[in-house]
Amino acid sequence: MRQVLRRALGALSILVGIALLNFLLLQLAPGDMVDAMVGEAGGATPEYMAELRAKFGLDQPMFVRLARYLGALAQLDLGYSHRKQAEVLSLILDRLPPTLLLMTAALSIALPVGTLLGATQSRRQGSWLDTLLSVIVLSTHALPAFWLGLMAIVFLAADRGWFPTGGMTSFDAPADGWDRALDVLHHLALPALTLANVYIAVYARLMRSALLELKGADFIRTARAKGLSTERVFWVHTVRNALLPMVTMLGMQIASMLSGAVIVESVFGWPGLGRLAFEAVVARDTNLLLGIMFLGSILVTLVNLGVDLLYSVIDPRVLARGAS
Amino acid sequence: MRPAAWIGGVLLALVAALALFGPLVFPRDPWAMDGLPLLWPAEDPAFPLGTDSLGRDLAAGIASGAWVSLLVGVSSAAVSLGIGVTLGTLAGFYRGRCETLMMRVTELFQTVPSFVLAVVIVAMFGASLTTIILSVGVVSWPASARLTRAQVLQVSAREFVLAARALGMNDARLLVRHVLPNALPPVISVGTLAISNAILSAAGLSFLGLGDPQVLDWGGIIHEGREQLLDAWYICALPGLAIMLAVLGFNMLGDVLIDRSQPRLGP
Repeated sequence: MRQVLRRALGALSILVGIALLNFLLLQLAPGDMVDAMVGEAGGATPEYMAELRAKFGLDQPMFVRLARYLGALAQLDLGYSHRKQAEVLSLILDRLPPTLLLMTAALSIALPVGTLLGATQSRRQGSWLDTLLSVIVLSTHALPAFWLGLMAIVFLAADRGWFPTGGMTSFDAPADGWDRALDVLHHLALPALTLANVYIAVYARLMRSALLELKGADFIRTARAKGLSTERVFWVHTVRNALLPMVTMLGMQIASMLSGAVIVESVFGWPGLGRLAFEAVVARDTNLLLGIMFLGSILVTLVNLGVDLLYSVIDPRVLARGAS
Repeated sequence: MRPAAWIGGVLLALVAALALFGPLVFPRDPWAMDGLPLLWPAEDPAFPLGTDSLGRDLAAGIASGAWVSLLVGVSSAAVSLGIGVTLGTLAGFYRGRCETLMMRVTELFQTVPSFVLAVVIVAMFGASLTTIILSVGVVSWPASARLTRAQVLQVSAREFVLAARALGMNDARLLVRHVLPNALPPVISVGTLAISNAILSAAGLSFLGLGDPQVLDWGGIIHEGREQLLDAWYICALPGLAIMLAVLGFNMLGDVLIDRSQPRLGP
């Protein structure tokens, strides 16, 4: 319990750090909120701008502004998007579910496929199959996600019509029920595969090296010695142990997956956080961008906490080691 | 030499040759609209890779992109390694508060989605080669800082370092003469992978429309070509292949270097 509390406290301090980073960026960037608003309105008198600054508290000393900023973030008040005429928080929460769906789908493709590839490679270490798979994994890893997405649109969606070219639902989609779920799934396929591509490579390489490292381990010799079949020892004993480091990676990869989602969602017009970030970039909406980054970081922190807990359930030694 | 080493080397040589000699082979100004718009590759011998919607030579554009990609990739990796090695060395050598603080900041940077942070920085400070290089470098240093710290910790505990210290060598000399030469090789190898990551990130920024409007780079060509994606997909396809070759080259070379600098122990 104390362990959990300490983790949570650590996570909190990181979020405060990220809030500080946001504030720092806002201070360093040329121009402030009032400049942006006035620029949009097409100009204003210096007196009116000063009045606006006073209204938003921008004329206060830096400490006061920082305290206000942190206070607002602590209440999850991420400010107002003047472009979209809406609270940043509600904009983000609206777009969160599609992104979570996309990331979950990509992970559930990447994890098993990567594991299978890595396992196959490690069993045939040094064979032509190992080399071939290595080359494939290396090459697909080098492909930019946006390029893969665009090519998928050209060759799988537009020409052949196998998949929709973008969005999350069809115009004539049924409102609910199984048909709607199938429609969303149909739209999800290409974005999820595109996002999964990078991680398939990552997991395959991780799995391969983890399995090779376990090859001479004592517990595997024991399992063999007690008469278990090669297949059983490999899939039940070795692979299961090699999965442990992959769970850790999973937590670390949520941040990079959010980054990948920005690109993939912009390619496919998937209406999630990433697409929102893209719209914010096009509209130069700083408030919204910083809000997305902050909420994204909260998401990463929560997932990491979850992974930590999950990890100590899978492998009790972790807790014991952490406490000592 | 492992095959991966020379394949990676050949790929990089290709990209470097494209950057260096491209302007000689395709002497057209990549910005000049002097062809028919949307010529497919090989349709007109004067434009071997075709033209974009404004009639600009795609081959010249890709050659210009090679130069930009290499420049941005290497500079960003240098920024990232510079920050990472400095902080990692201080943390690993002096330990104490310095180390705690660095680990905290590293954790912070590993929590923020790094590409999103790069997007935020470039969007706020304006898109130019400098901001792109700095932003990509600033978001990617934690990995090298962690590795440097671990390496410096390990090397500092070795006997020859203790001996040099016992002889009264000062910290700066100790670091430069004994610790860093032994600690850094794996960091440099991992830095090769940082170059390919930087190339991918910079291409991603340009693809989102955050490229430097003064230069023509691969991500930027794809960003513009997207408008005609369905009619002229080669405009997006070709620069993407170039990105893949460059990234693959640095990745393969980096893998070999990492394998060499960290000899595997045990069976």
